[in-house]
Amino acid sequence: MLVVLEDVSKSYRTAEGPLPVLQGIDLSLDAGQSLALTGESGSGKSTLLHLVAGLDHPDHGRIMIDGQEIGGLDDKGRAALRRSTVGLVFQQFNLIPSLTVAANLAFHARLAGRFDAAWQQALTTRLGLEQLLTRYPEQLSGGQQQRVAIGRTLAARPKLVLADEPTGNLDEATGDAVMALMRSLVAETGSSLLMVTHSHRLAGQLDRRIHLRSGRIDQTVERAA
Amino acid sequence: MMRRTAMSALLSHWRRRPLQLVMLLLGLSLATALWSGVQAINAEARASYDRAAATLGQDRLDRIVSVTGAPIAQSEFIALRRAGWLVSPVIEGTLRLGPTRLHLIGIDPLTMPAEGMAGDIGATNDLLAFLTPPGLLYVSAETAERLSGQSLPPLKVSTSLLAGIGMTDIGTAQQLLGKPGEISQLIVAPGQRLDLPPVEQIAQGLVVKAPDAQGDLARLTDSFHLNLTAFGFLAFAVGLFIVYSAIGLAFEQRRATFRTLRSLGLPATTLTALLLAELVGFAIVAGIAGVLLGYLVGSVLLPGVAATLQGLYGASVPGTLTLRPQWWASGLVIALFGTLAAAAQSLWRVWRMPLLAPAQPRAWARASESGLRLQAAAAVALFAATIALAAFGSGLVVGFSVLGGLLLGAALLLPVLLALFLALMQRLTRRPIAEWFWADTRQQLPGLSLALMALLLALSANIGVGTMVSSFRLTFTGWLDQRLAAELYVTARDEAQAADLRTWLTGRVDAVLPIWSVSGEVRGAPAEIFGVADDPTYRDNWPLLARVPDTWDRVATGTGALINEQLSRRDRLMIGDSLMLPGGWTTTVAGVYSDYGNPLPQVMIGIDALTKHYPDVARLRYGLRLPSENVGTLSEALRERFDLPPENLVDQASLKRRSLDIFEQTFSVTAALNILTLGVAGLAMFASLMTLSTMRLPQLAPIWAMGLTRRQLVLLELARTVVLAIITLLAALPVGLGLAWVLLSVVNVEAFGWQLPMHIFPGDWVRLAALALAASLLSAFIPLRQLAAVSPSDLLKVFANER
Repeated sequence: MLVVLEDVSKSYRTAEGPLPVLQGIDLSLDAGQSLALTGESGSGKSTLLHLVAGLDHPDHGRIMIDGQEIGGLDDKGRAALRRSTVGLVFQQFNLIPSLTVAANLAFHARLAGRFDAAWQQALTTRLGLEQLLTRYPEQLSGGQQQRVAIGRTLAARPKLVLADEPTGNLDEATGDAVMALMRSLVAETGSSLLMVTHSHRLAGQLDRRIHLRSGRIDQTVERAA
Repeated sequence: MMRRTAMSALLSHWRRRPLQLVMLLLGLSLATALWSGVQAINAEARASYDRAAATLGQDRLDRIVSVTGAPIAQSEFIALRRAGWLVSPVIEGTLRLGPTRLHLIGIDPLTMPAEGMAGDIGATNDLLAFLTPPGLLYVSAETAERLSGQSLPPLKVSTSLLAGIGMTDIGTAQQLLGKPGEISQLIVAPGQRLDLPPVEQIAQGLVVKAPDAQGDLARLTDSFHLNLTAFGFLAFAVGLFIVYSAIGLAFEQRRATFRTLRSLGLPATTLTALLLAELVGFAIVAGIAGVLLGYLVGSVLLPGVAATLQGLYGASVPGTLTLRPQWWASGLVIALFGTLAAAAQSLWRVWRMPLLAPAQPRAWARASESGLRLQAAAAVALFAATIALAAFGSGLVVGFSVLGGLLLGAALLLPVLLALFLALMQRLTRRPIAEWFWADTRQQLPGLSLALMALLLALSANIGVGTMVSSFRLTFTGWLDQRLAAELYVTARDEAQAADLRTWLTGRVDAVLPIWSVSGEVRGAPAEIFGVADDPTYRDNWPLLARVPDTWDRVATGTGALINEQLSRRDRLMIGDSLMLPGGWTTTVAGVYSDYGNPLPQVMIGIDALTKHYPDVARLRYGLRLPSENVGTLSEALRERFDLPPENLVDQASLKRRSLDIFEQTFSVTAALNILTLGVAGLAMFASLMTLSTMRLPQLAPIWAMGLTRRQLVLLELARTVVLAIITLLAALPVGLGLAWVLLSVVNVEAFGWQLPMHIFPGDWVRLAALALAASLLSAFIPLRQLAAVSPSDLLKVFANER
């Protein structure tokens, strides 16, 4: 198992007291598998994704990534996990505004020490970014920025790709195209994909779908073979 | 109602960001304080000069003086009176009372026009006592205290006289000064008959001089005050960087609010007017605080300035500050002007903002390539104009314009150079973090460049002024060693004692060097003429800047004179030029000597020529040459034999110490303003870093998400501050040295009349570098601490879709 969550709970402190966001989550994901997290706003999807990425700590429970219990890791260990094992794609793209498209694409791979020029070239072609390499993020459209963000993550060949509403800021046609590209590239790299989405249509394209309601797993649906 | 609602929405921004408001008000207050503090000092000094100029009604009444500067004869005065001229005789001179100098003015109260009588003296009921022996001596309360115990006529305190000035009857003054029957000038009463014969017809060599509204003192000290004003303005400009930065940010952060208000029906005119009203309110609050703070700054600095003016120019300025209404008003006006100047661009943008303009929180900080190119072109044009001005212009205003051009050009060029350097580093680096570091620093540059420009200005001013002062100190110390060659300086009480002294000293010391001088007009301005003995002390030590092989022989035989650098530069006098001296006799320039710290032109002639042309010269002071180990014994013997007070016997070391004290005092105010400017620049840096830190999270969070720890991010942010401060410091070095060169070779020459060699002091740079780094780190401390304390949940908000 690449990802294992056991009885994970998380709550946020608010002025009115603790606000439970996730309660007793048990979840697992095999290498090469894809999983969609769906649910209403505030159901805990993004929080779950952040916990898996090592961006945040659970209040209770265990999270294992690639056989490693990340609860015991310090700040440095979590940073190393994000650098080498996990790749993140966000709805807001979160590209580095001071770097060109080419530098953005190579950035994570170089951080992880896995930069492969040939693979980067292939990705650039597949993502249709050849003409945009010298541009800066602010000079790109939303769809182009998201393609760069996906390219940046996949260039590092992470074992686990975590995507948070990757098409949320795109129109349906562009979103579909980007999604198709991401699924196909994830499949090519052999990575696992954990994606947060509001869209049942997109969720239906992944191997499995988990629906969250008020911080609990409400429903699990396997894609028909 | 609409306006009130809109204003409340606009003001809510400051409630949510109190630190931003504090920075805005602090920047404006500091800028106003430093400017108005300096203005207060200048106003106080100028008020004193005006009082000095008004002492004898010189600012309003004509005067009759000798063309050559020689005294006016009693017979000439009588001839003028007989011809119908209503003139009143005046004698002026310096009375030495040990270390105390009293500028003595003798008047004839019976003929003196009312305008020429200083306030309460004209209204005196003591006329009889004033006119009859022993007379009355009017002085200020401060001077009366200093003079108590001296053998002088009874003292009477006058509120209208400045410290250091004494006014008495002309007969009493002539007796005290040892110049019986001598008249320095004649005051011309207003309303003379129209059919009077011209003065030149009655007394040859006398001329009528028009009133002098400014006064000699005001003219002499002009350069000093211009210097202070220039530094005050520099501090003001540096303070405005903070204001500009704070206003720019606040406007950009409220862009969404502006858009909402506009879309809800608020006209652009009303919105701009409301923002203007808000700024005027801030300007008034900060202006009042700035003026109060300025009063404090002025009060702290004024005693130093007063001591400098006294030491350098003999100008008497009170050590306490008077609150003047016009100063309050000017402080508020400058605060308002500064605010509007700093906000003009932002207000213009709001005025022109399209209704559907997107909110771009970082738009203000984004400088386009073309913007930088424009900035570089402006800097180059400014440098070219500055060089042309330095090459072809002259005068003190040109000197300060060159300084201004140099500083402004360098400040404009700094962001361009930084951008080029950072781009080069980004290209050279191979590691992803380093590449991001340089690229990100380059992206932060527009937001930081104002603060860095302020830092550059402050550092350059520090290096420039520091180099000037240290060069001056080094030259001055060496010069003092040459100039003060005699081991002991002695002043006799009177002429009889001086004669005894000369006899007694024969055989007891190696040489007795007279230090005798007269005052008079040389080429139309007050000057001092000294006599110099033909002695190896002068031949071996005197600091000559220009000479001929037989300079000293010419001086000794009375065929040549030495002039100081000030006189040589002012009148472009060279060796071989002829020079008319008081009394109407002419000599030839045989050499030029350096004479630092003296505002007056000075001429040195042979001692025989001095006594021949000015037989009445006071012969009281002497420099004595003797083995230094005998100084103590001889001083003691002199004191016992002649009953001399301690102040009449000064050894070389004390005199040097005193001279160096005056020197240090002269630059203490500049040094204080320098430090304050650096402090303000540090604050500007802090304001910018705080501003940027509020916008940093969205830029840092993705890097964190990709595997950098928060500690690494903090260290990188710290490194960025250090790198930028170091580059700015390196850029400030050539600018500061250029500044020092302009100060030494242009401004000093124009202001004081002397040029100094430039020396380099790398040790000072190291100290300044440490100070600048400390200031930068201090300014980065709070933003970095905030970043270090950022929790993962804050960083996650950047990625959250449902924020």
